[in-house]
Amino acid sequence: MASGPSTYKPSNGLTRWLDERLPLMRFANDNLLSFPTPKNLNYAYTFGAILFYCLVVQIVTGIVLAMHFIPNSALAFNSVEYIMRDVNYGWLIRYIHMNGASFFFIAVYVHIFRGLYYGSYKAPREVLWILGVIIFLLMMATAFLGYTLPWSQMSLWGANVITNLLGALLGTDFTQWLWGGYSVDNPTLQRFFSLHYLLPFVILGVSVLHVWALHHVGNNNPTGIEVKGPQDTVPLMPYYTAKYFFVIALFTIAFAAVVFYAPNLFGHVDHYVPGDPLKTPAHIAPEWYLGAFYAMLRAVDFNFILDSKVLGVLVMLGAIAILFLVPWLDTSKVRSARYRPVYWWCFWIFVANYAVLSWAGLQPAGTVLFQTGVDADGNPVGFNITHLSQIGTLYYFGFFIVIMPLLGLFETPRPLPDSIATAVLAKKKGGGAAPAGAAAAPETRV
Amino acid sequence: MSASTHDDATRRDFLYVFSGAAAGVGVAVTAWPFIDQMNPSAATQALATTEVALAAIPEGQQITVMWQGKPTWVRKRTAAEIEQVRAMPDSALKVPEADQSRTKKPEWLVVIGICTHLGCIPNRDNVGSPGGYLCACHGSVYDASGRILRGPAPLNLEVPPYEFVSDTLLRIG
Amino acid sequence: MRKIIIAASLAAACIATAVAAGTAKHPHPVDFSFKGVFGTFDRAQLKRGFQVYKEVCAACHGLKLVAFRNLKDPGGPEFTEAEAKALAAAVQVPSLDENGESTTRAGTLADHFPSPFANDLAAKAANNGAVPPDLSLIAKGREGGADYLHALMIGYAETPPEGFTVPDGTYYNPYMAGGVIAMPQPISDDQVDYVEENIPQTVDQYGKDVAAFLMWAAEPKMEARKQLGMGVIIFLSLLSVLLFLSYRRVWRNVDH
Repeated sequence: MASGPSTYKPSNGLTRWLDERLPLMRFANDNLLSFPTPKNLNYAYTFGAILFYCLVVQIVTGIVLAMHFIPNSALAFNSVEYIMRDVNYGWLIRYIHMNGASFFFIAVYVHIFRGLYYGSYKAPREVLWILGVIIFLLMMATAFLGYTLPWSQMSLWGANVITNLLGALLGTDFTQWLWGGYSVDNPTLQRFFSLHYLLPFVILGVSVLHVWALHHVGNNNPTGIEVKGPQDTVPLMPYYTAKYFFVIALFTIAFAAVVFYAPNLFGHVDHYVPGDPLKTPAHIAPEWYLGAFYAMLRAVDFNFILDSKVLGVLVMLGAIAILFLVPWLDTSKVRSARYRPVYWWCFWIFVANYAVLSWAGLQPAGTVLFQTGVDADGNPVGFNITHLSQIGTLYYFGFFIVIMPLLGLFETPRPLPDSIATAVLAKKKGGGAAPAGAAAAPETRV
Repeated sequence: MSASTHDDATRRDFLYVFSGAAAGVGVAVTAWPFIDQMNPSAATQALATTEVALAAIPEGQQITVMWQGKPTWVRKRTAAEIEQVRAMPDSALKVPEADQSRTKKPEWLVVIGICTHLGCIPNRDNVGSPGGYLCACHGSVYDASGRILRGPAPLNLEVPPYEFVSDTLLRIG
Repeated sequence: MRKIIIAASLAAACIATAVAAGTAKHPHPVDFSFKGVFGTFDRAQLKRGFQVYKEVCAACHGLKLVAFRNLKDPGGPEFTEAEAKALAAAVQVPSLDENGESTTRAGTLADHFPSPFANDLAAKAANNGAVPPDLSLIAKGREGGADYLHALMIGYAETPPEGFTVPDGTYYNPYMAGGVIAMPQPISDDQVDYVEENIPQTVDQYGKDVAAFLMWAAEPKMEARKQLGMGVIIFLSLLSVLLFLSYRRVWRNVDH
């Protein structure tokens, strides 16, 4: 473990007895209390704790909602309204759960972008990164399943679209197996409820592995330079626990502002209309956090060897699969974007591009952004959402397949500090430049 | 140095204690909705009272209505039945209780039809106790006032809260 | 930085979605009392809106998620218990007689508003093939919410543009996507007699009142939500200050 041998000493007879049989206290002490953490972590590094908080909130509110929700297609929609109107504080718990999903994704995007920026996916943290991508996938599955449960127009038709997508790849036998019938109907809802209840606990388990992988190799930090000794670290408690409490309170303010004053900000009006299998809504769109992948799916509106529908699904899945390869795609020896001026620009363009793709995925297909004329029927033509999504998809894949491998070979990084402690001292001296000369023995400060 | 660290220590502790207490209060207040959501919902509470039209019940007959999920008997007793239960001595009763304190109007008996032993629903009976009830599960016998006479049941049949809205309308609960 | 981009993208998305929602005219915002962080319902308006629903809309539109007891709940029209009971008793709700046959009985507080049609097929047959939607959630289930509902009422007065054909059995209304709606103009001036003397009995007023009532029907807990929210956010702000000071004190002697 990155922290070295355990420093836990049982303080009394009882704790010594327990330690010999099940070292729970030792485990808690080594990982939560005394774990040596780099002292220069900034606020971008608090989102792991925020994510754990979000998971707990979702599980607690979810279990409570499950006491009242009825997973049957004839009753589901009305049971959600029963929760909103009749269950004591039901409206609060439902709004927390519903918006908790959005905030969970806001936090996970910050967390992922942090990893991309500081090179936290590079050796020896490849497995840590891969576990993270698995958690991200599980989150998307859980969110999708949860969204179908109220059995609204958007639930029903969103389920239809996504299950049909899988069918494009795997065949109608597969979709009928998934549906439990010949279309999205009650059997589908019942099994989606069961899986939605299950997956968060799988996420919990994989998160434990994720933290274990982190603690085994130790945290990265904004300099990208590995910890060299105790002068570079502070124990997790109270230093970072104090920071986590503060940041979680701030996060909760933003969360409360939405839950209490704009609870349907992230939603669609069609989510308040009961599902009707005979009437497609004018505009089927996923929740915002899945928008970018939906945009990439719709960007493929041409055939190339394969049918455009199949190709679109492959591109969408490829966009997620590529994330697994990131540790090997980036060839740079320097971790942190702080010292990689070209990568810095490419990264921020990537973030902006992802935001634009997310927005594009929510727009009605065919929306024209810059009109250049009209077609035979008088409809406007020009630069439209599909064109924008195509450009966005190209940059998304280009960032991973072209930029990451090539930059490492051709980019000239900025000079790196010798160590975390040196960098911190340089910053304290008011400046932060010229760390290269400050090689002298790092001062030990308490 | 020592004086400032001592001051430091108290100031620091007070801040931490206060912050911790405030956070604790926050957590406790947040916990309340999660506990309260398990209490009966507004829809359930709306069914907390049941109204019964009495005109349709002839003398000597009993109807069963559901009140808060429990079978509740509304019975119009005959004069003979009323006289009989009111003449019962305390010594004959396992749990002595006057019929007058179990009914508001002598001809109307309103009791919950659940045996106080282990919860079965007793039947009308004329063998063990004329005009009374016999629980088939373990043999408890109740009289026409719902009082336990013999058998394993420890208590008289429960009398729910009720009131006569009018001569023809009873509200239970 | 990211959050600003995401927030801006979301804002753009909302505007773009509204514009792109087909050919529907954007409803003019109404100055409803319940809008905003401190917004509350106007009790008198909710009572008037209920009256409009009852006398005009209930003939075709159900309100099945609302129970009569909700009429007396805090945060709504706040009828007294006696008034709510009387309103319930004036409505016939489905029931079974002693032979198990379908019949009706007077409503009680525990009952929900009945639907005017036995089922969707009956509703379609009686309404030219279109099902009048249940109104319990309409204010949250349509773009524009209460503003849209009000606009729809006054939209009937507008004349279609040159060359616009209105198919048989439909009516022109620019606030509907596509410009036509299957519902004929449901209400005209002076149709509903308000008790209050100083309230105009115009379609515009009826539209505002019924829209406010339907907003309450869709979100009966709105006032409780906003009140609790104020307390929560104030508390969290104070707590954040305390936690920030604690954080700084913990780190006082460490370079970072």
